[in-house]
Amino acid sequence: MRALGIILAGGKNERLKDLTVNTALAAMPIAGSYRAIDFALSNMANSGINKVAVVTQYNSRPLVEHLSSSKWWDFGRKHGGLFVFTPYLTHDNSLWYRGTADAINQNMEYLKTSHEPYAIISSGDAVCKIDFNKVLAYHVEKRADITIVCKHVEGEDLHRYGVVQVDDDNRINEFEEKPIIPMGNLVSTGMYIIRRRLLIEMLEAIAKEERFDIVSDIIIRYRKQKKIYAYVHDEYWKSVASLPSYYNANLDFLDKDVRNYFFRQDPTIMSKVEDEPPAKFNVGSLVRNSLSSSGCIINGEVHNSMLFRKVFIGRNSIVKNSIILNGTYIGDNCYIENCIVDSKCNIPNGSVHKAEVGEIEIIVNREPFYL
Amino acid sequence: MRKKEMVAMLLAGGQGSRLGILTSYVAKPAVAFGGKYRIIDFALSNCINSGIDTVGILTQYQPLQLNRHIGIGIPWDLDRNYGGATLLPPYISSESGDWYTGTANAIYQNMSFIDYYNPEYVIILGGDHIYKMDYEMMLNYHKQNNADVTISVYKVPLEEAHEFGILNTEDGRKIIEFEEKPANPKSDLASMGIYIFNWSTLKSALKIMEETHENSDFGKHILPYLLEKGANLIAYEFDGFWKDVGTLEAYWQANMELIDLVPEFNLYEPYWKIYTKNEIQPPQFLGPDSNVETCILGDGVEIEGQVYNSVIGSNVMIGKNTIIRDSIIMSSTIIKDNAVIERSIISEGCIIDENVVMGVGDNTINVEFPKIYWSGLTVIGERTYIPEGIKIGKNCSLYGNFTKEEFTDGILESGTNLLAKGGEL
Repeated sequence: MRALGIILAGGKNERLKDLTVNTALAAMPIAGSYRAIDFALSNMANSGINKVAVVTQYNSRPLVEHLSSSKWWDFGRKHGGLFVFTPYLTHDNSLWYRGTADAINQNMEYLKTSHEPYAIISSGDAVCKIDFNKVLAYHVEKRADITIVCKHVEGEDLHRYGVVQVDDDNRINEFEEKPIIPMGNLVSTGMYIIRRRLLIEMLEAIAKEERFDIVSDIIIRYRKQKKIYAYVHDEYWKSVASLPSYYNANLDFLDKDVRNYFFRQDPTIMSKVEDEPPAKFNVGSLVRNSLSSSGCIINGEVHNSMLFRKVFIGRNSIVKNSIILNGTYIGDNCYIENCIVDSKCNIPNGSVHKAEVGEIEIIVNREPFYL
Repeated sequence: MRKKEMVAMLLAGGQGSRLGILTSYVAKPAVAFGGKYRIIDFALSNCINSGIDTVGILTQYQPLQLNRHIGIGIPWDLDRNYGGATLLPPYISSESGDWYTGTANAIYQNMSFIDYYNPEYVIILGGDHIYKMDYEMMLNYHKQNNADVTISVYKVPLEEAHEFGILNTEDGRKIIEFEEKPANPKSDLASMGIYIFNWSTLKSALKIMEETHENSDFGKHILPYLLEKGANLIAYEFDGFWKDVGTLEAYWQANMELIDLVPEFNLYEPYWKIYTKNEIQPPQFLGPDSNVETCILGDGVEIEGQVYNSVIGSNVMIGKNTIIRDSIIMSSTIIKDNAVIERSIISEGCIIDENVVMGVGDNTINVEFPKIYWSGLTVIGERTYIPEGIKIGKNCSLYGNFTKEEFTDGILESGTNLLAKGGEL
């Protein structure tokens, strides 16, 4: 593969509310035993990219911990490998990353000392599967300056995305970030291919003007001057950057087709191996249309829900339409419906948490309790 | 010169013939256990958890599965620059080229491997027990007692002692006599097959025994020789959970104990983790009509049917209306719709087609192998295909890619074996 990878996993995100108080969005657990960034990392590894930088600053500790060994994504190589770039102090810079472009610009050495002709930039918070070889072939064929991977999105939440307008040749002539009235339903997925030298050039140019953002200062600003093309990838793609989409992206895995697409059709998504024992279903457990993960111990009832690793469900408890994150303990006789319970929580015996249909209650309770 | 304090030598070459068809194509240490593990994982995890990072693994019988599992030792953190996991199969040299003819002979043939690390002590382990043990505590005991050899022992019921290697001791510590399967046991301390030797003592004993015996063995030759020579042999009593899984019934029992409400052998303790090669990571899916009770499930399992009192390996698929009871299903096996499986062990990568009934009927002891298949368990070898609608009795063993015509009237009577004409799937 003639490209290096950059994963942008840095931004502060408040839309997941209490769930991302201590965690970077890219480190949020997805689908039982994965984290959001596993999808971007696996896509790059599976496309044959062997040099990837993860750029991060907000709540980066859990993310760095997850990336502590690169061997799970097969990045433990002599040439290339996995790099994690957090902001650092230098003789003449003491700033945090002021935007996506600035984040890359502050790590310019990575781009300048590489020899790969192309750079692939991806966000770290999307659940998707893509072969970047195809995108690169398209990029070369179109003689594009920048290629943006785009997808047609149905529904109301178009205002969350960058909406693009293309001509007959799929060249982008309009790009609106988070529009009030969207001009179409083709949106940017936050994955780009650009020639490495051009990226260096543009980053240096906008940095001189004190501009720091890839979308507004490169793509929107240069949309007429540079040839920016859309590569339409109408397969499963979901950004988990909002509470409903995080909830839905997880429960989408109850669909067999989605599971097969990500877990059984080659290439599959890889994640850090945690050595948890098999999931245990005790007497009285009744689990229907749900996913559980290794290390779970279940004594109660679970319906239409997802249990992450090491979740304990007590006797006579009922969990419905909910997501229970890693290491949470739910006591006996609890009732939980339409909730997301944060990781490592303790839910005392007899607790009742019930949100209305269509609403999602977030439960965070790390108070220890004793039996 | 760099040195390691203690090197572990793990004997993983045995067949384990009492496990029947389970070990026909796989070495016993590589047999699946407890949903996602293989038997050897327990000894390997004990090593790394005890701080031993140099492990020689002696392989001989059907090593493919074992080699693939261990690789360079990554799952156990045994991928090291100096030390780590090393697979030691038999090899040819200019003077000779022999199979491993006995347990001690296997170590004898790999003396140069041990010498490379110049250790003070060598611990000899078997790869076929289920237990959690801190070898470092045993080593401390070895040092405290100025022992030449320390043998770990386990108290067994006196009426079962005739099945084990029994150690007779003075004051429960100093070993004075060693009896292999004695008719009238004088003690209830059984050897667990775990020995710590001073390397210098072991090295000279290995050389002498190699000259006098062709198939030198620890139990039969090395230990009696050292005892006779007056070496200081010490018994180290281990009182944790230790299970031999040498027979089908014991193997089945040990698996079933894991599904107890609070199992005696608890895999869920956060310290002393058991590590294994973990290729399959997706969560388990339980369908809208599934019923799962008193089970453990490996990763990536998809269940549409009903499963009770069973141990299910990774990536197993169980179809609609299928009922599974008291069984062990190993990884990547597919059981289609409307099947009934009772008290069976189904090996890795099998396909059981629709409407198959297994493990039912009268409890006739197996005619050909009465010592292996007698407890009612029906066993299916790896990558076997059972066609639609076949009925299989108890105490049966099957292996291969079957067609419907190979079963008379679609039935295999209790106590019989069947090998497919078509060979492997």
